[in-house]
Parts: sequence; structure tokens; C-alpha cells
Amino acid sequence: MVPIVELKGASKEYVNGSLRVVALREIDLQIFSGEYAVIMGASGSGKSTLLNLLGCLDPLSGGDYLLGGENISQFSDDQLSDIRSRRIGFIFQSYNLIPQLNVLENIEVPLFYQGVSEAEAAERAVVLAERMGLADRLKHKPMELSGGQQQRVAIARSLVCDPILMLADEPTGNLDTKTGHEILELIDELNAEGKTIVMVTHDDDIAHRAQRVVCFRDGEIISNDWNGASKP
Amino acid sequence: MTTMPLTRMVKLAVKNLSQYKLRAGLTMLGIIFGVCSVVAMLSVGEGANREIQEKIQRMGSNNILIKSVKVPKDENSITSSRNMIATYGLTYEDAQQFSQYVPNLEASTPMKVLRYDVQYKARKLQTDVIATTPWFLRVQHYRMMRGRFLTGSDMEFGSPVCVIGSRLARILFAGYDPLGKTLSIDHDAYTVVGIAGDIAQGELPPKGELWLEGENQNVYIPLRTYLNKRGDLFAQWSEGGGTFEKIEIHELILTIDKQENVVRAVDAARRILRKNHKAEDYSIVVPFELIRQARETRRLFNIVLGSIAAISLIVGGIGIMNIMLATVSERTREIGIRRALGARRADIVMQFLMETLILSLSGGMIGLVFGALIPLMITAATEVQTVLTFPAFAIAFTVSVTVSVVFGIYPARRAALMDPIEALRHE
Repeated sequence: MVPIVELKGASKEYVNGSLRVVALREIDLQIFSGEYAVIMGASGSGKSTLLNLLGCLDPLSGGDYLLGGENISQFSDDQLSDIRSRRIGFIFQSYNLIPQLNVLENIEVPLFYQGVSEAEAAERAVVLAERMGLADRLKHKPMELSGGQQQRVAIARSLVCDPILMLADEPTGNLDTKTGHEILELIDELNAEGKTIVMVTHDDDIAHRAQRVVCFRDGEIISNDWNGASKP
Repeated sequence: MTTMPLTRMVKLAVKNLSQYKLRAGLTMLGIIFGVCSVVAMLSVGEGANREIQEKIQRMGSNNILIKSVKVPKDENSITSSRNMIATYGLTYEDAQQFSQYVPNLEASTPMKVLRYDVQYKARKLQTDVIATTPWFLRVQHYRMMRGRFLTGSDMEFGSPVCVIGSRLARILFAGYDPLGKTLSIDHDAYTVVGIAGDIAQGELPPKGELWLEGENQNVYIPLRTYLNKRGDLFAQWSEGGGTFEKIEIHELILTIDKQENVVRAVDAARRILRKNHKAEDYSIVVPFELIRQARETRRLFNIVLGSIAAISLIVGGIGIMNIMLATVSERTREIGIRRALGARRADIVMQFLMETLILSLSGGMIGLVFGALIPLMITAATEVQTVLTFPAFAIAFTVSVTVSVVFGIYPARRAALMDPIEALRHE
């Protein structure tokens, strides 16, 4: 079985002035289809860097990254953009909705860059918005929604192009416990439907929901637990 | 890899611009003023140019106009010269020598221009009587409305015939057909044989008289006839006495065969006049030289205009750049989000460039409308002639749009080259 994500000796260095910062040290990591992996670690441990790499927002300094069996380490910026729009769904801590667009338009953004027709994009966006319980909020601007609702819009947006990998960066970080819980339930639901999810979090309770916890320290993986689930 | 269709890019740009209506409006104002001023200035310039060209053209670019001019005398001689005969101006000898020595001369048309009372039945008015030769019509490019102009036989026999201007025909003969009627010029009888059309603009009487430009109120009679009747002495009575003037030729039009020979002919004519006249009691007008001067002036005007236009458009362009830079930095996060969701650099460039383009296109359009209205208003409010030309529109519009797109590229590229991760972190 081909893993969705396969990192081979992946490393990442930043040059900050004269200082060379190593963010990731030759990481090997495999994530398989349908997995729900949580990445934990203190800030500066390299987990955000990993998420950016997985999301094709940042090129590797060394090693290889195979996404769905395709080696994208040498891809051009345009090719990476295309990969992001077709294969990856992002969920951010601060939602990152575009303020001047309404709910439907926000959900449609990734389809926009794939050249999907307006009618089809609207159709797909409506279906997802309804599923997220936003049927009566379609024409609202993000500012008119609660945090939980905004995160639901963001989740709908991440699902709209049916990605093979969903990346979530502390999706409940800005939400109260109850709303956060609802969002986590939603993510569980998506995982149950077969979505592959990688989530960065600080929260141990959240980590217990996932089948797998990857812990980072100083740019290295220090533990890789399957939470008692069977290792694929 | 697919690109977004143009119509959706336009929609997106319009949507984004409508978020900041005031800002967009103010930015457009720069372009509006730029385009508007260029179009308006070009129209006024072109109008002035046409007016001058027309005037000169009607004098005939192959002609040299020589006029007799009264030389002002000092105080003493004025008092002593009262009731004496003042002799000045062009002579028959001058004309004779011109015909002999001016190269490439095609025709020489002498004129006497005199002011007389013209009367038909009870109607009477004072107007210019021009005693000349049949060539006059051809040299001045007049149009005959009815009848004929003076002919060679009129000259030969000194026939008492006259041709009247269209306006005079209307005023003096209101209700009658002038052809064949006899009018009196200072008590001499002349039979009307033709009606001439518009007058050349250069010959218009001084302002203050109420008539429309270009309308002809002159009477043309054969020079021979006039000389037979009156000779060269002209008496003019005014309050406190009268003056006698002896002028052989009031105006002389030398017609040269080709334009390129005009300059040489002028030199020859000047030499002759300088030799024959002690005082400079003549003036030479060369329409051809006026045209050249007008062209030179026009060129200078265009340079000045071009610089002003360039400056105003660059200022407009900088305005656009400034606003777009502000917009880009304000929307850094949006750029990050769009990049994360799959926008390529080209998509981001297009997004911002499209906003610039729409700003400048609509600004340009509005500018064109105002640029067309202002000259119309100027023409309506004043006597100044203005001409709206297509090149003026095209130049103003394309230049402004090009400038703003050029100035829009930098902010758009800046947006596209942002690191998406940095952009996403931007607050």
C-alpha cells in the first residue's frame, strides 16, 4: 500500500541573517490513507515547519517528499500551487477566511483556481455548507459569524476539492471548549469517512482522539505512538 | 494547468474594488484628470491650429500680398499736411517691375480698396469698393453664387459693371433680384452682373461692425472703369476738413506658380520695393511663411502639451502604484490564503493587475467623456474654436492605460512574490 505521505530524510534549514537554523533534521515519516495523526511538541520543535512542508507551502532543504506516491521535492512553484489546490485541504487556527467574500464565495476559492465553472463551484459549495450546518448563513460575511461557524466554513473550504490530505493547525485554538469539541467531532466524522488527517496541537486531550501521535523535539521525532491502535 | 477565465477575474476585481469605493474613486481621479486635460488641450490646440491654417489657406499659399501703408508722420507735418495731397504706397511702376523681375510670377492682381456710399433706390450704406482685375476671383478663391465675375472685356472697355457680395445683395436689394439692376457708387452708376460668395477671412473689416464672419459685403468693379471715372486721387471728407490721398495701388497680390518658388519671389519683390521706396510705406504678407510659422508654433505647442500630458499621466500612474502598494500590504493575509488554497503567482499578479486595469480603464473612459465635454463648453461659452479629433482620444486613452498598467506591475509582482507562509502569519 502506497502511503499518502512519505518523507525520506527530509530536512529543513532556514538562514536567518548569518545564523543557520535547522528546523527539521532528516525526518522519516509515513502516513497512510485514512490515518488521523496528531503532531505534538513544544513551540519551535519543528511541528509547524513539518505542516508547511506537508502542505507544499515550503520546499525541503534536503531529502524527498512523496505525496500520494508522487515525488514533489523538485516541483516548481506553479506545480506546487496546483498540488495545493487539488490534493490538500488546510484548516487554520485563525480560520483564514477572506473577509470581503461571503460564506459561499469563501468555500469556492480553491475551485476558482482549478477553473471549475461558476455553476458547478456554487453547487458543490452549497452542499458542503449545508452539511456544516451553515445553510442559513450562505450570504454572510465571515465577520458576521461566530468563531465556530467560521471554522466550519474553513472546513467546508478544505473539503471542497476532495483532498487526499487534510492539514489542521490547532483548529480549536481560538475556540471555547464546547465549540472546539464540536469541531473535533466534525473532524472525527471526516476521519471516519476515510479522510486522512494530520493535525498539529498542544492539547493532550485532543491527542487522545487520534490513532497516532507524533512527538517532536528540536526538529526530530522523539516518539511515534499508535495510541494502542494497530500499526498499519 | 488551468487558468481562471477572464470574466471571473474581472468580477473578482470589481468586487474587490467596490470594497474601497472612495479609495478607488480618488485613484481614478488622477487618471480622469490626466486624460481629460490631454484631450481638452489637444482639442483647443487643434481648433486654434485649424483656424489659423484656414485663414492662411484662404489667402492662398502661392500668393504674396503687398499692401500700401500710410507712414505716420510727426506732429508738425500732420498739421501742415491738412488739405494737402498725401501720396504713398505702391505704384504702377512697382507693379510693372514685379511683372518683369519677380521670377516664376504667374499673375499680378492690383486692387484699389476704397470706402464709398453704395445706394440702390432709397437704401444706402457705406462699404468697401474694390477695383480690381478679373484675376482677382481666381487668386482669392471666391465662389460665384450667381452671374459672372468681372471679365477681360469689362477691363478693356471700362464697362460700368459690378459684382456684389452675397451680404450686400441681401441688404441692399432685399426683395429684388440684384442681377441687371443698377446701383450707384458715390453717384456713379454700375450694373450688377454677379453675386460673389464668402469673403476671405484676412479681408474682414475691423470688429465692431455687426456682421457675421465670412460674409461678403464688398462691391467689385473693373479697375479700368474706376480709373477712367476717378483716377488715382481719393478724397475723403471728415469732420474738420478733408484729406486727399493719392495711392496708385492699395493692394497687390502676386501669384507664384509653385509653393517652393515663393521664398525666392518674395526676396525679389522686397529688393524692388526697397529700391523704389524711401520710406517703408508698404507691408508684405506671405501666407506661405505664415503657414511655416504656424507649423513651427504648433510643433512647440505640441512639445509643451506633450510634457504636461506626460507629467500628469505619470503622476496618475504613481497614484495608482501608491494605492496598489497600500492595497497589497493591507491584503497580505488574503494573498497568503489564496496562495495556500492553490493560487499560482500568475493568478495573484493577474488579480491585482486586473484591479489596476479596471481602475485605469474606467478612469480613462470618464476622462474621455469630460475631455470631450470641456472643449464643447469652451466653444459654447467663448468664440474659441475647438476640434475633437480621434487621435487625441486614442493617444490619451492608450497612454493612460499603458502607464497605469506599467505602474501596476510592480505592486502586483510584489504581491505574487510574497512567501505564502509569511503572508499567512501577517496580522
